[in-house]
Amino acid sequence: MSGNMNLTLKIWRQRNTKTKGALVDYKVKDISPDMSFLEMFDVLNEDLISKGDEPVAFDHDCREGICGMCSMHINGRPHGPKDAITTCQLHMRSFSDGDTIVVEPWRANAFPIIKDLTVDRSAFDRIIASGGYISVNTGNAQDGNVLPIAKQDADIAFAAAACIGCGACVAACKNASAMLFVSAKVNQLAHLPQGQPERMTRVKAMVAQMDKEGFGACTNTGACSAECPKEISLVNIAAMNREYLKANLISTED
Amino acid sequence: MPINSNIPEGQLENKWTKYKSTIPLVNPANKRSLEILIVGSGLAGASAATSLAELGYKVKCFCFQDSPRRAHSIAAQGGINAAKNYQNDGDSVYRLFYDTIKGGDYRAREANVYRLAEISPNIIDQCVAQGVPFAREYGGMLSNRSFGGTQVQRTFYAAGQTGQQLLLGAYSALERQVGMGSVEMLSRHEMLEVVIIDGKARGLIARNLITGELERHFGHAVLLCSGGYGNVFYLSTNAMGSNTTAIWKAHKKGAYFGNPCFTQIHPTCIPVSGDHQSKLTLMSESLRNDGRIWVPKKAGDERNPIDIPESERDYYLERRYPAFGNLVPRDVASRAAKERCDAGFGVGNSKMAVYLDFKFNMMRYGKVEATKQGLLNAQDSEILALGKQVVKEKYGNLFDMYQQITGENPYESPMRIYPAVHYTMGGLWVDYNLMTNVPGMYALGEANFSDHGANRLGASALMQGLADGYFVIPYTIGAYLSKEIATKAISTDHAAFEEAENSVKERLEKLLSIKGSKTVDHFHKRLGKVMWDKCGMARNAEGLKEAILEIQAIRADFWTQVRVPGEMNDLNPELEKAGRVADFIELGELMCMDALARNESCGGHFREESQTEEGEAMRDDENYSYVAAWQYNDMNWQMQKEELKFENIKIAQRSYK
Repeated sequence: MSGNMNLTLKIWRQRNTKTKGALVDYKVKDISPDMSFLEMFDVLNEDLISKGDEPVAFDHDCREGICGMCSMHINGRPHGPKDAITTCQLHMRSFSDGDTIVVEPWRANAFPIIKDLTVDRSAFDRIIASGGYISVNTGNAQDGNVLPIAKQDADIAFAAAACIGCGACVAACKNASAMLFVSAKVNQLAHLPQGQPERMTRVKAMVAQMDKEGFGACTNTGACSAECPKEISLVNIAAMNREYLKANLISTED
Repeated sequence: MPINSNIPEGQLENKWTKYKSTIPLVNPANKRSLEILIVGSGLAGASAATSLAELGYKVKCFCFQDSPRRAHSIAAQGGINAAKNYQNDGDSVYRLFYDTIKGGDYRAREANVYRLAEISPNIIDQCVAQGVPFAREYGGMLSNRSFGGTQVQRTFYAAGQTGQQLLLGAYSALERQVGMGSVEMLSRHEMLEVVIIDGKARGLIARNLITGELERHFGHAVLLCSGGYGNVFYLSTNAMGSNTTAIWKAHKKGAYFGNPCFTQIHPTCIPVSGDHQSKLTLMSESLRNDGRIWVPKKAGDERNPIDIPESERDYYLERRYPAFGNLVPRDVASRAAKERCDAGFGVGNSKMAVYLDFKFNMMRYGKVEATKQGLLNAQDSEILALGKQVVKEKYGNLFDMYQQITGENPYESPMRIYPAVHYTMGGLWVDYNLMTNVPGMYALGEANFSDHGANRLGASALMQGLADGYFVIPYTIGAYLSKEIATKAISTDHAAFEEAENSVKERLEKLLSIKGSKTVDHFHKRLGKVMWDKCGMARNAEGLKEAILEIQAIRADFWTQVRVPGEMNDLNPELEKAGRVADFIELGELMCMDALARNESCGGHFREESQTEEGEAMRDDENYSYVAAWQYNDMNWQMQKEELKFENIKIAQRSYK
């Protein structure tokens, strides 16, 4: 079809966590501009399987930009060249015939590579498990309208809660810091009345777990927010720094 | 074995209250030695795992994704229903119950649906307490919007990401239990077999998807919360990994499959753009609040939609269904779109699409904003710009998604939409306790058949998933586990575990050994085409009979020609996919059998032989007022019937006119 593209891909192939990986060249032909980036990978993998080669392993699931599972570093940017979208929402009309596209996994010590483009992001789950919740058992709740929440607060909490936990912030950061991810959850709950009782302990526990997982320090460069597919604001980090300081100054607990 | 739905005696309104106060309890000390396995971490699985762990049971939860937060509940957009009547517009538990039964075209159980409606307000309260940031009004109160098939505003929402926010609430609560050691979370694990000992579900075999190792897990009870099977159609709005494997294995081990052919085709999805298409994307039903659906009055009209004058547009839903207009239930809206496209009025390159147009409501909102801002002489263009801002705030993420996928700007010209497979009302047959006919094996959420009849109303899936997990299973599981307190944990060296693991291993080895010439996707696409063409929006006896033969041929070809690369003891996504597609092929055959056996139209199941003169679905209550519960026997099936009794609702031909 006219308008279709032939492309060269340089893809990171790595057998498993223990072995060394390398970039390998592949050619794909007749790619429609209406395909998503992952559908282009489907074409490549179908071709590899037919030739008796092993397909490229990559994480993906919902393919509508919300589950946070897809995670490709494309031409040096997490989720590719366009702002505010995940890899699965990136479409081939963003590329041109003859392009060479480099595809790597997220790179961070805290996200070990499992295979090819698949990494282990379970550190994020452990951070949430350390305090990213409100301790309320099922059945404890009062009527939802008993506690009015100002629209602007609800909106701020929602904007922070839109984080999909994909890890692009970590991948974008030169220090592989997880501050944007952690601060989004801390700030969501700090902006809601329900989050107040555990406000101090939460921020301390989550920061401690973040450090334990081996994420780097934050130097306020802002690449995380610039690359975030859900445009989580850098303000969250500033707010979390304040929360953390306050918690350490005021809190009576260790 | 005759089936017994175990519906409690008594008045409809009192059944649940009375029953839950009399279900046997398990004392806290005994709970600590009772183990529960939960497959799936979506709204049903995460809420069940959390609530049961809070009660003190030992819980293991499995998901195939890298984190429980990825479960496909996350993609639900529009909202969650609850009979709160915060809007003072006449809502009540009874009305939600009534709307759901009617929406399901009188093919759901009264007692289950009433319970669901009764529990619905508690769900909202629980989610608010967890910090779920629902949309609010300026006064700080929760906001509501309308959904299809109802005339009240009872849908709670968080922009177009309600499922995400509810799932992250449930996920946070789950991770809290994981952090306390009350739930063991096994991500990147896929359940591949259930283990049955002395007729009871006692465990499962799971594959560690990173190492490929097969693991044995014992449980006093097994809860399948693994979602729906819409991917049997290849193209659907489901996630790529959504599959039927867990419930299909359970079915093959004796659990009945209820109403397998009941599939929801959602009217507002982005149309297929080419053969490369891997999935379809939904545009939330909430858009029908503010969008009007139309096609040109002239067939084959090639003009740009914004150049087609009002008088030459056919707002066919408003024309055919004046009472509900654009807010008719999904099955009705989907069929109406198909009817227009089949008659040659479709739009876009493929002519298999209709317009969803927001301009009218943008102008309406713009006028309100202009008045608020004191702009009394605002030009139409200014009003439109103000209205676009309002629409952006309500649906911004959906409009962005549309633009990413199609490359067109929906703020400037109408969206093109077409129906797509979205949800499966069918699933494992369960009784009032959510237990399948296999003792100790439960099915929750979309994985069961129970609450939506032949058509689910919008914003009811989230409600059901959370109702089952937070507020039903914590009570009803006591009825079974209270009798299991003397059962010691069974060693996984037991012969039944050995046998189950061997059968899984043999199957995986078989898949890898065929080394044929066709990829897994090849077979999946072939299956999907047969299902969509012959067991999709319109079905007839002849087509279904053909489909069964075609699917049998696909199955034979699959097991001789498929090529699965890689190894067993490794991360091998193709091997995972092969197992799932093999199960879909078997399920597809059963779906066609069920559709063939049900020679009536009801809800999403439209048999061309059974329609009114106006082309509406025509039920046959005399002969088909039952749940079809299919029993498996070596690729043959027998149907059991659970008669549906309507004691509180007068059964009537459904009308939205």
